[in-house]
Amino acid sequence: MFSRSPLSLPTACQGAKRWLIAAVLCSILLSFGQFNRYYLGVAMDVGINIILAVSLNLINGYTGQFSLGHAGFMAVGAYTAAKFSLVFAVAAPEPARPVLFLVALVLGGAVAALSGLAVGIPSLRLKGDYLAIVTLGFGEIIRVIVQNLEAVGAASGLKGIPKYTTLGWTFALASVTVYVVVSLVNSTYGRGFIAVKDDEVAASSMGINPVRYKVTAFVVGAFFAGIAGGLYAHHKQFLAPTGFDFLKSIDIVVMVILGGMGRTASVALAAVVLTLLPEVLRPVSEYRMILYALLIIGLMMARPQGLFAFGRRAVK
Amino acid sequence: MEFLQQLINGLALGSIYALIALGYTMVYGVLRFINFAHSDVLMLGAFSAYYLAPAVARVLPLPSIGGALVVGLLACLICAGLGVLIERLAYRPLRSRPKLTVLITAIGVSLFIEYTGQHRAVFGADTKRFPELMPGTEFHLGSLIVGSNDLVVLVTTLLLLAGLWFIVHRTKVGTAMRAVSHNQQAAALMGVDINRIIAFTFALGSALAAVAGILYALKAPGIDPLMGVQPGLRAFIAAVLGGIGNLPGAALGGLVIGLLETFAGGISGLSNYRDGIAFAILILILLFRPAGLLGKVTVEKV
Amino acid sequence: MHMRGRILLLGGAIGLVAAALSGCGGTDSGAILIGEFASLTGKEATFGISSHQGTALAVEEINAAGGILGRPLELRTEDDQSKAGEPANVVNKLISRDGVVAVLGEVASSRSLEAAPVCQANKVPMISPASTNPKVTESGDYIFRVCFIDPFQGTVMANFASKTLRARKVAVFTDVKSDYSKGLAKFFKEGFVKAGGQICAELDFNGGDKDFKAQLTAIKAAAPDAVFVPGYYTDVAIICIQAKQLQLSVPFFGGDGWESEKLVEIGGAAMEGHYFSTHYAADNPTPRITAFVEAYKKRYAGKTPDAMAALGYDSVMFLADGIKRAGGTEASGLRQALAETKEFEGVTGKMAMNSQRDAVKAAVILQIKGGKFRYMATVAP
Repeated sequence: MFSRSPLSLPTACQGAKRWLIAAVLCSILLSFGQFNRYYLGVAMDVGINIILAVSLNLINGYTGQFSLGHAGFMAVGAYTAAKFSLVFAVAAPEPARPVLFLVALVLGGAVAALSGLAVGIPSLRLKGDYLAIVTLGFGEIIRVIVQNLEAVGAASGLKGIPKYTTLGWTFALASVTVYVVVSLVNSTYGRGFIAVKDDEVAASSMGINPVRYKVTAFVVGAFFAGIAGGLYAHHKQFLAPTGFDFLKSIDIVVMVILGGMGRTASVALAAVVLTLLPEVLRPVSEYRMILYALLIIGLMMARPQGLFAFGRRAVK
Repeated sequence: MEFLQQLINGLALGSIYALIALGYTMVYGVLRFINFAHSDVLMLGAFSAYYLAPAVARVLPLPSIGGALVVGLLACLICAGLGVLIERLAYRPLRSRPKLTVLITAIGVSLFIEYTGQHRAVFGADTKRFPELMPGTEFHLGSLIVGSNDLVVLVTTLLLLAGLWFIVHRTKVGTAMRAVSHNQQAAALMGVDINRIIAFTFALGSALAAVAGILYALKAPGIDPLMGVQPGLRAFIAAVLGGIGNLPGAALGGLVIGLLETFAGGISGLSNYRDGIAFAILILILLFRPAGLLGKVTVEKV
Repeated sequence: MHMRGRILLLGGAIGLVAAALSGCGGTDSGAILIGEFASLTGKEATFGISSHQGTALAVEEINAAGGILGRPLELRTEDDQSKAGEPANVVNKLISRDGVVAVLGEVASSRSLEAAPVCQANKVPMISPASTNPKVTESGDYIFRVCFIDPFQGTVMANFASKTLRARKVAVFTDVKSDYSKGLAKFFKEGFVKAGGQICAELDFNGGDKDFKAQLTAIKAAAPDAVFVPGYYTDVAIICIQAKQLQLSVPFFGGDGWESEKLVEIGGAAMEGHYFSTHYAADNPTPRITAFVEAYKKRYAGKTPDAMAALGYDSVMFLADGIKRAGGTEASGLRQALAETKEFEGVTGKMAMNSQRDAVKAAVILQIKGGKFRYMATVAP
């Protein structure tokens, strides 16, 4: 699919690789620490949401599409990975488990990427609101299918998923996601995403094929959403179809918008804030969702470019 | 016989969707954005009627057609006011911003109304019994059964469709609405008061939502703050299916979805997929007609 | 300017994290801290609020009577917004940050199933008031419930349909969105077929739907003797209204999800003559029940307690009984005491814990007559 490897980076990005290695190492070290389980759980939620938001940002932010179905991709990844673990990993010997977990995650990502391809193709002809409703519909169809699929527990949910997700796994994969998305967008190939967003007609007259970029964005975005789903499944140890409804997609969209479309670091920061905020607001739980709604409205008025969007656009 | 009965059921359901879809499509037609909060204004319409009915019952007999009309009109006025208020506070400050910003704000407004409604100091989360506003009966045609409420819905939808079409295409304010829809700047230069026209559009759309909310609540007399979400989503699909911004398209889309859902719902083994059917049809149709059934494909000018 | 904004924001973010991380851990006041998680907002708030009100009432009553072992109870309640993904966080918070000795919750089985592995891993007893899905307590030996389970209720209703209603052909109308409804439907079907009956139509709806005429028309065409609707009262009331409009005039019957005064309030005359099984009858003249119903009405503005409220109340009383017998709140001792419960008398009846830590108790069958729930029969396990 790539005309050039996305890893052939301009020199400015070479430092990023070092950062990536450092981040992954830190993540692995972290998983040996002893933490309060509640904070640990929330920290893993943070990492998973970073992956979701950063991957959606590739579709909605950089490429200028409007997907409302990210929870659907996440569901595909979550159920695929969980089912794989339940069938293969549980019976496997202890040392093989991390490897099998990685296989489960990648498999979840791959199946989600395939579904991303399925959504990416209709997106070729549709724009704006029409695309939004089709992606929303896709997410809902996934939920309805899962709800009726006895092999993954249908409405009663999939239980007994082994707890493999650790802080290390989560943040290592979050780092990888950030790295891949940033490298992809900063690569020569990746400039095409922004070109497609800024002006599709102009881009195609410059020899950029918008179709290919849109589909790539959906496939890559869906892949990482699937990974996030796999982490989520092995973190919560239980999956219910209702957890992947339209509201979940909205939550992720809000993270992207709050951060500032097309700015990876800001979107990641927004994912952190929006995961912690509901926890901080627990003492006033009666007003929590009302405040969340007001926050969305207030932000759109005060800082529509994103709360954490400073200076130039991250990619220039 | 079962087929004919399902046809009646489907038309009844479809005309409710159509009625809600009219509101979506009208706001879209003028402002080019999907007012996510429409389904919540529908809920507010039903709740207005719920609180108004005991007061009206002191003056007029309820259930009665006259009483229902009075309650309905008052609820329409309340919702029209709320619609204008929402537009003034949440959408107008964003009018020059990208459409996406407004769409997200609309989602925020929708969540705000739903969760505020759920708070115990407002409506509360529990389901409430919607009062009987109109005397309801069933008509029998052989073994077929038609509810009087269903007929009311169908007739109301058709009347409102005709009325809206008349307003948009045959009145001065309608001309102004179409002008704003085409080009806001140009319309303003021609002396159209943009703010007034948009406020009018919202008032009209919200009044439609109130009517739909009341009729929906009469069909299923249990109301709660999240009651608008499901029909709202279906109607939203209906509006897109028909070609968003197109009034007859919205009505057609509503009927198509209502009929399909009804026929699927009556089949054992398919009724469990009912939630996904509307979307599946939508995606299929958009693949072949990207602008919906009656929508016009716009060609982007370079 | 930008730099300053950035620093301000960073400060804000750090503040948020600090606020999240700070907070108290456990109490030293001598109070026994118990946690509760419930759906107080969101789609299923109406059920969560009921069970929470019963729970809170029980805690107040215990404290008014001097607490347990001389120590008052302190209830920490967290809202899970009826959302998947939340229960795990909430229960983790209750256990790891607040240091509760036991967790009460939830009504919906899917959310109990999410919380159960967390409680099990932390070895903190969890008592579900109203999750009837059999899988809930399979998560481990620290998970209990004070309600009966779907296989029992399903069988009770299957026998009721074939023996009392003398139905030969029954249509089953299930809420596909709800694990509770699907579970109950499954066990009913098995029991009814075993009793020699025939399932003549199986249709589904989605909880929250408002139009059921499509399915009801198909059910009518199958000419059943009765219709089994294992759903929640919010949907059931509308289903019965629309069934009446379609002149589908056979008995409807269902499970404990029907029980709420709202059922008759919304459904009105359309509910007349229908039946359901539940945990207790509010009009039962037993002193224990009368006292509970009166106290509840007094506390909550005249509202009659429904099954969720009664079970929420019982979950606290059951825990209190366990703490008393264990002589303290040490986890393994408390677990042991709860598991060994032989005869606990709650408002929802006498119960014993079986080896699966499910309550073994009787179900009652009620009929709706004159807008009231009339007691018909008690079915012992």
